[in-house]
Amino acid sequence: MRHVIIGAGPAGVTAAETLRKQDPAAEVVLIGDEPEPAYSRMAIPYYLSNKIGERGTYLRHDPDHLDKLGIGQIQSRVTRVDGAAKQLQLAGKDPVGFDRLLLATGSNPIKPPIQGLDQPGVHHCWTLEDARNIVKYAEPGSRVVLMGAGFIGCIIMEALVARGVKLTVVEMGDRMVPRMMDQASGNLIKQWCLGKGVDVHTSTRVLGVETSNSGGVRFRLTCDPVDAIDADLVVVAAGVKPATGYLDGSGIEIGQGVVVNDFLESSVPGIYAAGDTCEGMDWGTGQRAVHAIQPVAAETGRTAALNMCGRPTRHTGSMAMNVLDTLGLISVSYGQWMGVDGGDEVHRIDESAYRYIKLQFQEDRLVGAITLGMTEHVGVLRGLIQTRLPLGRWKQHLMEDPTRIMEAYLGAAQLTAG
Amino acid sequence: MSWQKKILRVNLTEGTCTPEPLNMEWAADYLGQRGLGTKYLVEEVDPKVDPVSPDNKLIFATGPLTGTAASTGARYSVVTKGALTGAIACSNSGGYFGAELKFAGWDMIIFEGKAPKPVYLYINDDQAELIPADGIWGKSVWEADKILHDRHQDPQLKISAIGRSGEEGVMYACIVNDLHRAAGRSGVGTVMGSKNLKAVAVRGTIGVSVKDPQRFMQTVTEKKKILAGNPVTGQGLPTYGTQVLMNVINEVGALPTRNSSAVQFDGASKISGEAMHEPRASDGKTNLVTNQACFGCTIACGRISRIDKEHYTVKNRPEYWGASGGLEYENAWSLGADCGVDDLDALTFANYICNEQGFDPITFGATLAAAMELYEKGVITDADTGGVKLNFGSAEALTTMAEQVGKNEGFGKILGLGSKRLCEKYGHPELSMSVKGQEFPAYDPRGIQGMGLTYATSNRGACHLRSYTVASEILGIPEKTDPLVTGGKAGLVKAFQDATAAVDSSGLCLFTTFAWTLEDFYPQIDAACEGEWTLERLAQTGERIWNLERQFNLAAGFTAQDDTLPKRMLTEPATSGPAKGKVNGLDQMLPEYYELRGWTKEGVPTSDTLQNLGLS
Amino acid sequence: MQRSLYISPDKCTGCLQCEMACSFEHEGTFNPAKSRIKVFTFHSEGRFVPYTCTQCDEAWCMSACPTEAISLDAATGAKMVNDALCVGCKVCTIACPFGTINYNSVTGKVIKCDLCGGDPACAKACPTQAITYIDAEGTGYDRMRAWASRTDNQSAARA
Repeated sequence: MRHVIIGAGPAGVTAAETLRKQDPAAEVVLIGDEPEPAYSRMAIPYYLSNKIGERGTYLRHDPDHLDKLGIGQIQSRVTRVDGAAKQLQLAGKDPVGFDRLLLATGSNPIKPPIQGLDQPGVHHCWTLEDARNIVKYAEPGSRVVLMGAGFIGCIIMEALVARGVKLTVVEMGDRMVPRMMDQASGNLIKQWCLGKGVDVHTSTRVLGVETSNSGGVRFRLTCDPVDAIDADLVVVAAGVKPATGYLDGSGIEIGQGVVVNDFLESSVPGIYAAGDTCEGMDWGTGQRAVHAIQPVAAETGRTAALNMCGRPTRHTGSMAMNVLDTLGLISVSYGQWMGVDGGDEVHRIDESAYRYIKLQFQEDRLVGAITLGMTEHVGVLRGLIQTRLPLGRWKQHLMEDPTRIMEAYLGAAQLTAG
Repeated sequence: MSWQKKILRVNLTEGTCTPEPLNMEWAADYLGQRGLGTKYLVEEVDPKVDPVSPDNKLIFATGPLTGTAASTGARYSVVTKGALTGAIACSNSGGYFGAELKFAGWDMIIFEGKAPKPVYLYINDDQAELIPADGIWGKSVWEADKILHDRHQDPQLKISAIGRSGEEGVMYACIVNDLHRAAGRSGVGTVMGSKNLKAVAVRGTIGVSVKDPQRFMQTVTEKKKILAGNPVTGQGLPTYGTQVLMNVINEVGALPTRNSSAVQFDGASKISGEAMHEPRASDGKTNLVTNQACFGCTIACGRISRIDKEHYTVKNRPEYWGASGGLEYENAWSLGADCGVDDLDALTFANYICNEQGFDPITFGATLAAAMELYEKGVITDADTGGVKLNFGSAEALTTMAEQVGKNEGFGKILGLGSKRLCEKYGHPELSMSVKGQEFPAYDPRGIQGMGLTYATSNRGACHLRSYTVASEILGIPEKTDPLVTGGKAGLVKAFQDATAAVDSSGLCLFTTFAWTLEDFYPQIDAACEGEWTLERLAQTGERIWNLERQFNLAAGFTAQDDTLPKRMLTEPATSGPAKGKVNGLDQMLPEYYELRGWTKEGVPTSDTLQNLGLS
Repeated sequence: MQRSLYISPDKCTGCLQCEMACSFEHEGTFNPAKSRIKVFTFHSEGRFVPYTCTQCDEAWCMSACPTEAISLDAATGAKMVNDALCVGCKVCTIACPFGTINYNSVTGKVIKCDLCGGDPACAKACPTQAITYIDAEGTGYDRMRAWASRTDNQSAARA
């Protein structure tokens, strides 16, 4: 049995480890296209802010980790998947055959259709190589424009500010982090950034990035509706989308990502998908969705591997969950934070203290949450949502004071009614 | 180390919060909490000041061991000139608030002036700000607690607040923290209300360090074992709370009953600690739900009670159906025996109201008892009470009046004056069982002679927590003395007063002294605090504090004439029990006490005494 | 025999000696805000519930960690945070359905119960045996484990 995994990120590496553990006799091959040991994108911001060296970003710290497990590794880019022939074409290398295949190629950054993004000095922030480039150009005092105030944009902000750059953020949406924060919390994050000396323009489009000829300025960004912005470095963080380009002609059904069933198997038997690449069931809505987040990567990598080695394991769906540290302001969102039809909502906001909590209920079950400025016991929100625990009388406690989440959890889950 | 070396000065008039370094010379001489707070007050406040004027100050002071792993390291004291007494006031509270203040990095808060509009103080570590009390002024302690937790989105916030009685000027309002722990006596909450200060809400995440961490942990672990092994702190208090005393004190004939007209109460067993454990006939449940510890306390004497939902006090009032702080011995006595009421759930309800609206149940119960005596004598009439029959034994009178005092309405306005002013108003000052304007607690000085001297000389007015000679005279701690004799009591009282002043300045709880002596305290203090702390130094610190308090009172206008007891204690003999026929022999003890103190016959410290204590 | 913390809320008085001992053991100061064990108070019921990590087998924190900063201590069964590897990304804090791994903004790392290397300070400090450290069998974590399994995407089929 030969298992081949494309993609050496968290989903791919977790899958390789799981396969090895479950099926010691099988051959396991991991194909990655970056010239680095498997690393974690989550750690890049900390590399950018000098909190860790490059090695600190590595997913596994023993350099021989995969070798010791007897996992074969190929550094190459997969150019084509032939599902029928069970064969992969590689760029510049011999084809590789497989019995079972896992697609764990993650995401690619979205490049907005804007003129002038293809030039030196305009960088994505996605790979370790991107990070190296940003480190090189983000000199103290230089003007940096960050295009996009999404998750990636926010987490690299601290590193940029710490480098002493003059930072301007341009976001198309009407608030910061629109995909994981509601209006109130997105606005609070914006206020927080403004207070830290970062210029933030929401509801603003960059129309083009022009090379500037005027003294010392490298780029001029034309914007709508604000005036043009000068920049020495432009960082593009406009979101990501599943990396599926190499699957054209494979016969695998692609939606937003690789469409999988409850066992994470694609439309082609024997080919599975995990992590950012896969479009599986959203646990809460019952709709298909891509959840490009670390915990889902590890979980689906493991589940896919179990299925690949013949242990049918249902993936009951992944849940949107995010934690974000924007210049020290910590925000969290879970599940259906936007609420559900016929559900109840409770929230509290303290603008001066940058604290916010919002809970969404369906009947007496928690289905979504957003918090700002809360670091204690946040995970319990996940537990409550994902177990669909009936809160009973504790729901009323939360409607009266949503911060009493630990009491509600302990009361509903651990104590007998008293 | 152990001190945070930082105090917060809050000028309510100006609306400013200013950190300043703790005066470490004073800390070396006065340790912390009661002693150090008093030193600051004495240095900064004219003793003749009107207690409820902006010129008075209000000091929240922790001790060096507050917020450490030493058992009972929960305590903070509120020091001010008392509204009820006009004497130095120092009210000590447990719960979680004091430790939290320390964890936020502060040894002490000094409030001065008066806010133009009601405010509360919010402290988040080193950030402190005054915030308008909109939405909480006019609310009870319990309502304010809930609103502030909600407003600041922090379930861990610790809150100390006054209720409506403090806002309205009830003379014995207290400051309640953590819903049912209180800096209870002398009207410290009245002073807080006079400053338009509703609450202090604090969250601390900085923590507390000690000088020699390993020695400290080793020492406090040893000392905790002593508490666990002692029958009082290891068994009696956790099981029955201070209510372990109700039957004991009744049997020795020292339970003041019906405004001290008797010394034994036939309903004592029905309101005792044992009764709190017995299933009620009505619903089969016990009054007591559990015991609760204050922060860091390995004794856990606190009572958490629940009232029968069908009891007349709470029927159709679900807001009182949950568990809350239950009866301590002093409260069970004042609300119960002293008023002749033996309905345990009614006492529990009255106690809830005291906590909810923030007033001292000892003074309230004793004031009501005096009013009941005046009512039965026909001096107070139904016209005064709005038709409420203030007979001894009436649970309805007790609970109705508790609610009226809480809101400062009806006859509650008169009861809110305290017994001294109330009895003077009705022309019978002799019926107030008080010293220096403060009602004495649950030990009749005719049955326990040493407590007579204790009450007479207590610097904050009558009080058991200034020299608890009950320990020796009844419980035999540290050694048994005869409660009915006066000989030796002067020395006993002085020793207890000095040791208590030291304990009250440490951050630890006086109740540890059922098992610990100063021999057990000084090694804990020495391992935690800078400098060398010996038994002698600690004892002298206590004596220094006592004399400093005395000087404040003398300067405030008190004299030896005020070191006395209500006439009833001195002239009307006990009517039953072992003390039958006895009055208190204060005159046999007081001169010796002055002499042992190194005070003149007029009760004034001599210059030698002051010099020896470093007070001149 | 592996041991685990066994918590009997009925015996807890809410004294927080456990929080003091824990913070002292891990931070060198008395600071309940940094304790790995927390006591929750149910005021209107008169109940106190100490709460900390159960060192669950599923270890969401460990599998969610993107930098391998959380590992298993084979001797005690504790899931340990390696400060040198933790970058402070907080992913574990939202992954753990018990909320028992938390971010410490002072150090920029996450903190969780590590069983003090097999001699938990909280259990030693507890005056009422509400927290004990006993043989893992029969510690009565069944209810928590049951709770855990419901959060687990895989265990139903794995069992």
